[in-house]
Amino acid sequence: MAEGSSSIKTNLPLVLPSRTARIWRERIIASVLFLAAISSVLITLVIIYILFSETVIFFEKVIELDQMSLWQALLEFFTGTDWSPLIEPLGIGILPLLSGTLTTCFVALFVAVPLGTIAAIYLSEFAPAKVREVLKPILEILAGIPTVVYGYFALLVITPVLQKIILGVQQFLFPGREEWDYFQLPGFNMLGAGISVGLMVLPYICSLVEDALQAVPLELREGSYAMGATRIQTALSVLIPAAVSGIVAAYILGFSRAVGETMIVAVAAGLQPKFTFNPLEGAATTTAFIVSVSLGDLPHGSLEYQSIFAAGIMLFLATLFMNVLGYFLSRRYREVY
Amino acid sequence: MVHNPKLVAVLHNPVAIAESIQQRKRWEQIFILLGWFSLLVALLTLVVLVADLLIRGWPLLNPNFLPKFLSSPPSSDPEEAGILTAWVGSLLVILVTIVVAVPLGIGAGIYLEEYAPKNWLLDFIEINITNLAGVPSIIYGLLALGFFVYILNWGESILTAGCTLALLILPVVIVTTRESLRAIPIGIREGAYSVGASRWQTIFDHVLPYSMGGILTGIIVGVSRALGETAPLVTIGALTFITFLPDAPIKAEPPFISFNWLWSPFTVLPIQMFNWVSRPQEAFQINSAAAGVVLLVLTLLVNSIAIYLRYRFRKSIKF
Repeated sequence: MAEGSSSIKTNLPLVLPSRTARIWRERIIASVLFLAAISSVLITLVIIYILFSETVIFFEKVIELDQMSLWQALLEFFTGTDWSPLIEPLGIGILPLLSGTLTTCFVALFVAVPLGTIAAIYLSEFAPAKVREVLKPILEILAGIPTVVYGYFALLVITPVLQKIILGVQQFLFPGREEWDYFQLPGFNMLGAGISVGLMVLPYICSLVEDALQAVPLELREGSYAMGATRIQTALSVLIPAAVSGIVAAYILGFSRAVGETMIVAVAAGLQPKFTFNPLEGAATTTAFIVSVSLGDLPHGSLEYQSIFAAGIMLFLATLFMNVLGYFLSRRYREVY
Repeated sequence: MVHNPKLVAVLHNPVAIAESIQQRKRWEQIFILLGWFSLLVALLTLVVLVADLLIRGWPLLNPNFLPKFLSSPPSSDPEEAGILTAWVGSLLVILVTIVVAVPLGIGAGIYLEEYAPKNWLLDFIEINITNLAGVPSIIYGLLALGFFVYILNWGESILTAGCTLALLILPVVIVTTRESLRAIPIGIREGAYSVGASRWQTIFDHVLPYSMGGILTGIIVGVSRALGETAPLVTIGALTFITFLPDAPIKAEPPFISFNWLWSPFTVLPIQMFNWVSRPQEAFQINSAAAGVVLLVLTLLVNSIAIYLRYRFRKSIKF
């Protein structure tokens, strides 16, 4: 091992890297990383800039075309019940899009909130570990299915089943008529789309509610059990009140998901804006309207082009409000304990 | 003291106590049934969905037809129409997405977890990222339409689509990067600092290698989401009837690599499926179901890689 003794000397670097160089390298790396972190803020700013600037152009054009003042245009936008910015005479009332969005969302929540909450309580408080191990990945898979597949499901599976059920119920209640005398559920309807959206947000709400329940400290459960309460009594009168802000946050975030859902409603709820709250009819939601306009040839700078940004800004502001609310609510339940 | 006379009567009667306990147990049984029912709805959705796709799509999915379905471009004849351009498009778009989102997301995650001072700016960026994660995907489509397509003038290209999806999955990558960095014990850092490593050396040589499993999982979850995303790509005006493949990235003559494909128009699997499902002719429903099966298999494959990785890394590294 003659080389061994010589290598002790050469192992030590004779020329140490310059300290200044090292400091500068660290600084440059830190600033590059900072730029990456700040990019998320830039994305938000660009979203807001694009949405606002195009919406402003939309209103300018409407004012010029219809010879009305800005206030009239804004009033018409928020209270008008006719949304047809593509055909003369222009209808720029956003309410039909909002009614479509709200109706599908309420159908979705009607499905997802009870099922999701019960499933979450069951998984968190009742299910044996082995059952959880099987069911959690299944819920994860459901949450990972592309939404366009759910749209297919709504149009080609749920809606035909609903049509049969609705016809069957009518034949049972009012027998003896010809088939075409009964009410027929249209192929595009908000009920089927809403149910499908509900099934899509079900795993999401379930896992958020479960997180909220898991965040309740064990002592509260133990105290309740020590008083002789059963698991269901503990869950309903101790855990749910303790986790209420987290559970409400889960509902709000689920609602925000449902509002922003696009492909299911674009496939199954119809593309025609219509001011109605009847889930048995078909009507375009805000997102479906954006898709339907984008599907056509969209000349840059046309009124069609700007109208989807005006619809988009409503969507953005609504979900922004709900997400921030949900964020602070869910942060509250983490802080209490 | 108990003032409720009904309760007092129960408390002095052992039979009534036993009955009350029985009743509570019954309630508990009923709730367990309700829980099973709720989960059964979810399970049934999955089973019916997959079964319907498979049965309807079988004419194109059976071994005799599958190779043809995978290797032919879309066509107006449902029996001829395949998903060649769609899956190639999906692949290329995802490639761009990964190249853009991974360095940006990991960089941002490292800065926020390791460098950022705890102040209002960090709070603001955190709220901002949480919010970006909740912005509907179609809003990213509007951003891409206004910014990438018209301001940067990239057109309706693979580059635009890849960048759009990259922005969409950025919050997922950032959040999982932060979580896996946070899981590395402080001792690892202290050890590195004590032998004279700089901050970046500590992170790059010690912290990052240990947290790679978690970060990789996050990236894969993001990729599976990007694979199934349709709305933002429809908004930027992705053409649904593309019968030609993009320019090949590797050429026979020097310089061997070409980036022309970045600028070519494209279609992806979910858009192809959307296109077929929204056609009035029933024959195209078969194509739609078959495309759905391919899409589902792809996303499940990617997802299961993520689940497997998470499992393996959790097992192999213990602090």
